[in-house]
Amino acid sequence: MTMGSERATPRNRLAVAGARATTQAMLRDQPRGDVIRNTLFAALLLLAILIALAGLVALLIQAFAQGASALSIDLFTNGPSSIRPESAGFRPAIIGSLELIAGVILFVVPIGIGAALYLEEYADKTRWWNRLIEVNIQNLAAVPSIIYGILGLSFIVRGPLDLGFVLAAGSLTLALLVLPMVIIAAREAIRAVPDSIRQGSLALGATKWQTIRRQVLPASIPGIVTGVILAVSRALGEAAPLLLVGAAAFVTFDPEPFSGGYTALPVQIYNYATRSQEEFQALAAAGIIVMLVVLLAMNSFAIWLRNRYEQRW
Amino acid sequence: MAADESRAGTGREAREAAAERAAIAVRPEEFQHGSSSKREKVFELNGVEVLYSGVSAVKGIALDIHRNDVTALIGPSGCGKSTLLRCLNRMNDLIPGAEVRGELLYHGEDLYGPEVDPVQARKLIGMVFQKPNPFPKSIYDNVAFGPRILGRKEDLDATVERALRGAALWDEVKDRLDSNAFGLSGGQQQRLCIARCIAVEPDTILMDEPCSALDPISTGKIEDLMIELKEEFSIVIVTHNMQQAARVSDRTAFLMVELDADEDNRWGRLVEFDDTEKIFTNPSDQRTEDYVSGKVG
Repeated sequence: MTMGSERATPRNRLAVAGARATTQAMLRDQPRGDVIRNTLFAALLLLAILIALAGLVALLIQAFAQGASALSIDLFTNGPSSIRPESAGFRPAIIGSLELIAGVILFVVPIGIGAALYLEEYADKTRWWNRLIEVNIQNLAAVPSIIYGILGLSFIVRGPLDLGFVLAAGSLTLALLVLPMVIIAAREAIRAVPDSIRQGSLALGATKWQTIRRQVLPASIPGIVTGVILAVSRALGEAAPLLLVGAAAFVTFDPEPFSGGYTALPVQIYNYATRSQEEFQALAAAGIIVMLVVLLAMNSFAIWLRNRYEQRW
Repeated sequence: MAADESRAGTGREAREAAAERAAIAVRPEEFQHGSSSKREKVFELNGVEVLYSGVSAVKGIALDIHRNDVTALIGPSGCGKSTLLRCLNRMNDLIPGAEVRGELLYHGEDLYGPEVDPVQARKLIGMVFQKPNPFPKSIYDNVAFGPRILGRKEDLDATVERALRGAALWDEVKDRLDSNAFGLSGGQQQRLCIARCIAVEPDTILMDEPCSALDPISTGKIEDLMIELKEEFSIVIVTHNMQQAARVSDRTAFLMVELDADEDNRWGRLVEFDDTEKIFTNPSDQRTEDYVSGKVG
């Protein structure tokens, strides 16, 4: 008996057709309840993201609707005014914010990288005090910013440092606020450098410092810079701690780092927003637009940098 | 140069002393070989034991590694081959809790002596790792890294070319020295790591399963390279591949896992150390024969 004749019998044909029908039924017959549950779940997830986005969109629409009329070059060139809102601007506040940020970067980059290198490369993680430091840095990143304002007031403006209500004091306060963020980001970047690179370098007779300086740091710089930008954009948006360490609301001159009063963009916005005249409300909204644009640009740059220079091992 | 000479001088004295010791002490029979025992010894290990956090990983290792030999360490997983290899350039120092006991002489000097700087030792005893680990830099900078950190900056181009030629990679990369080393194939990356290693002009090269991540053609190239390199360097290679040990090495050490009575602890033990030909054709120990013939492991 050959295979061909076997296949051709009517009985076999019937059996094959039956088996095929069963397979088709099993493949196609999805329970109805499953379909509904799947769709419902996907819809809920979509709703969650829409709610998250709605906040941002509402903010943007509100700010543009209110502030579009006040958007002009005057915003960047003129100082604040309490009597002529139509020509008042943010010049001292913008310059103050830039100087504050410059101070934050100067302070936070060396100390943040140094602390991260110590924790990742030198600290013996089996020792309890090193673990304690780690946990505390995580906690510090979650401390409300107003607390840093109080710290800045009692230790930097007054107390041991006694700088007075000057821009440098505000800068130091903001730096302390974002330092834990920078340390955490830098540690992650350093940890991402594989051990095989360190071993390869040490096996060539490089010292530990040469290995860190010439291999580990260059490989982790993109991640560290990304972290610094994100930290700085947080510092840029902070008003609460600055109010405590002397950022005045009404500064008509360009601020100096170590003398005289100073102000910052969020503080100026806060001041304009609390006034009753409608023109000042529009000014505050225009200030919000300026700040949003700067912050979004900084964050986008950080994301671009991370994607562009991220090392794939 | 002066330092080199003085090192060689004390090395010779120490070797003479070691020869006397060897004449007095009766060493295990399997370690005595007329032809090779007269040759210069790079490493002399006696009763070497390595412990991690107080637990032995290998015990009782006694073997001599000779100049311009390829010495292979073979044995099943967990027998401590890599651990032993990493003792030889003090890479084990980097593992917290690692400890080396026993006598480990390098050109007659105690490698673990109080005055020995592990960083200096690693300049003389290079290492190639299991997985190619080029630095995320250009091909040129990979090779130039060693000479640069050692302050040998004159004729850097010539040094790089010599090292790349030495690693049989020059012809493949000479037109793209500035491109990133990550763009090379796995086999090329491993030869780059060998070039990087020989650029610092070591005396010995340790290779920790250098071909286990490579395809057979790349493996063949690296094996050919090892045979060339032994003219200039002494090579110690850890390998899982017994054919590779048979092809490239002059001497082979076979290690095995040993268990204590209640099987709680395990450590590596040297079973046999001999000329490669003898290990693979006529081993003295039954366990070696079972392993190299594929009956176990």
